[in-house]
Amino acid sequence: MRIYTNLVSVMKRLVIKDLEKCVGCGLCMYACSRKFAKKPEIGNSNSAILAISLSGFERGATVIFCHACIDPPCAQVCPTGALKPKKGGGVVYNENLCLGCKYCMNACPINAIFEREDGKIAVCIHCGYCSNYCPHGVLAYEEVEA
Amino acid sequence: MRDAVLIIDLSNYSYEIEHRPNLFEEWIGGVGVAVQLLKEQMNPKADPLTEENVIVFATGPFTPAYPLASKTVALFKSPLTGNLGESHAGGRTATSIANAGYGAIVIKGKSRKPVYLVIENGKVHFKDGRALWSIPDSLVVGRILAENEPGRGIRTVMRIGGAGEKLVRYACVTTETYRHFGRLGLGAVFGSKRLKAIIVRGRKKYVPADGKKFREVYDEIFKKAIESDAMKKYHLLGTAANILPLNELNSLPTRNLQSARFENAEEISGEALAEHNLGRRIACSHCPIACIHLATLRIPYENEPYFYKTIMISYDYELIYSLCSMVGVGSRDGLLRLIHKVESYGLDAISTGVCLAWATEALEKGILSEKDTIIKLSFGDIKGYLKAIDYLYEQPNDFYRHLAMGVEHASDVYGGKVFALAFGGNEMPGYHTGYAAHLGYATGLRHSHLDSAGYSIDQKEKSLTPKELIDKLIAEECWRQVLSSLVVCFFARKVYTSDVISKAFEPLGVEISEDELKKKGEEIYKEKLRLKVKMGFNPENLRFPKRIFETESLQGKLDEKFIEEAKKYYVRSVNEVIGLGSSPHYTLITSE
Repeated sequence: MRIYTNLVSVMKRLVIKDLEKCVGCGLCMYACSRKFAKKPEIGNSNSAILAISLSGFERGATVIFCHACIDPPCAQVCPTGALKPKKGGGVVYNENLCLGCKYCMNACPINAIFEREDGKIAVCIHCGYCSNYCPHGVLAYEEVEA
Repeated sequence: MRDAVLIIDLSNYSYEIEHRPNLFEEWIGGVGVAVQLLKEQMNPKADPLTEENVIVFATGPFTPAYPLASKTVALFKSPLTGNLGESHAGGRTATSIANAGYGAIVIKGKSRKPVYLVIENGKVHFKDGRALWSIPDSLVVGRILAENEPGRGIRTVMRIGGAGEKLVRYACVTTETYRHFGRLGLGAVFGSKRLKAIIVRGRKKYVPADGKKFREVYDEIFKKAIESDAMKKYHLLGTAANILPLNELNSLPTRNLQSARFENAEEISGEALAEHNLGRRIACSHCPIACIHLATLRIPYENEPYFYKTIMISYDYELIYSLCSMVGVGSRDGLLRLIHKVESYGLDAISTGVCLAWATEALEKGILSEKDTIIKLSFGDIKGYLKAIDYLYEQPNDFYRHLAMGVEHASDVYGGKVFALAFGGNEMPGYHTGYAAHLGYATGLRHSHLDSAGYSIDQKEKSLTPKELIDKLIAEECWRQVLSSLVVCFFARKVYTSDVISKAFEPLGVEISEDELKKKGEEIYKEKLRLKVKMGFNPENLRFPKRIFETESLQGKLDEKFIEEAKKYYVRSVNEVIGLGSSPHYTLITSE
């Protein structure tokens, strides 16, 4: 049993500044696929962020990505240790250990773990790359207290 | 490069996936590839409303790699013109098709019962559409599918409303509520195939040939799109920004082009809409611009005080022209109600407005009687038009059955050709700027203002000879074949200049010079023209409605002789392309 009380540190996180400004362009999703400088991808297979509308963007949007839980349920159900809690919240994903069982996807209460084309998963690592491409000030990369 | 073509046959509920690397290498994607697929798959003499018709949806090599490559090209045989139908739409269609792994989707045959399709990576589901059939409101159909089908955020929902089911020849296919395969009647083709909707969803990765370079070029394009003023016009007021300047220039068709200046232009301008009605802006997938302007329409309940419904309605220049100035409606409230009605049934707004404008004038002139129109139509009467749009869908009598087949057809039956504003059978777009605009509608292969942007030439150059003008229009149309093969938004044409395009291809592993691009554009134009001719297009039969010579434009009164000469030259150039050499006989067909 891990105890996280009184643990305070400063982390850089991807945050939502103003959800109502989302125009649904999805540039964040495509940026996420390009985030690794050594192996950028085209498409959305490896994207860990998703803007969805409330049955039409005129009714508003929700941008879904890992909330960086202090005690992440996804890591708790991972049978192989591919997902491990990260200090300060969120998870570290080691894809070499991942079976593609998708227990984590079911465990995440906000549906922030996505299935890749190859059956493995994509989860936000809070690198902040996507926020550089959010043209309308919905996303930002900021220091937060964890 | 993405090279998969999905071929779906609705007649036997089967599909196959073919990999066609050579096809995409040679013809880029989008319209270039779609022309070839239509040539392969369809009998050019096919009846557009039978199982013989074939629909091709094609995306380009820059989707989903780069921003602003947000469009899909649809090619089919148009039930409105009986010739090649081509329509482009934004929304999330292009990225969804690409992320599902396809370069193009071909739809053949005809279903016995209503169906809708769900297309995923490597798989097609044929779904029972009977419960959705006969729902006239395309907004409702969209909402039902959005609630019941997975794939939020990574899917497109293309569907028809009642107009498509009832085979209105200018019914559209609506995608993501606010974008459309609007022109030339793709909705009726869906309807004739008993195809209510198509959902495409997928998650897919493509690996660039040079990852480092890919990120660099991406950033360059992204920066150019958001920082330069190459797209500013669309960014701020949207296309509605054109209302005031075009009105000022004597170019805004008003009351069925009896005038080119509308006294209420101020009221329905982009500025006024932005100030009073603009509620939100949204974007097509992978486009930072967000040019889709949504106005709020607040309507009180009929019998209950302090109850309101608030509806979001997307507006653009063409809709303001066709549903305001063209029918003499001078209020924003009227505009939004009319757009909403047109959206619900899934009609093309331009064709609807032009048809109603013709009917109004024909009624005024006694060519039609109120027995035909059932209600009195008069310019500016919003209520009358709202009802008339219901009738276009319901088709309660012969007159509305004919009007639902387009203004060219209706004026064949009833007369009034002089003021039936169609070119090549397609209702006229909203620019009465001068020779280039009208010659562009006639000669453009989809009879659209977007083929060759004549309205822009009219504003810049005023002393071109007929020959120079046709050459200029064709040159622009050729270049636009490159853009619509890529398929990037035309609004981004100043971002995607030939050097940028050539550079953007490199990290994808394709080497193509600016010159080669231009040559490809010309070749695609010629291929499309040849296909059009095989489908029965004869440039000698092009009709220029007399009305355009009667009403002063930006260039003053237009001279029929100029158009006649331009047409002769155009006929000759078409004949050269199709290998007939120059033809000695020309007749200018103007009405009456």
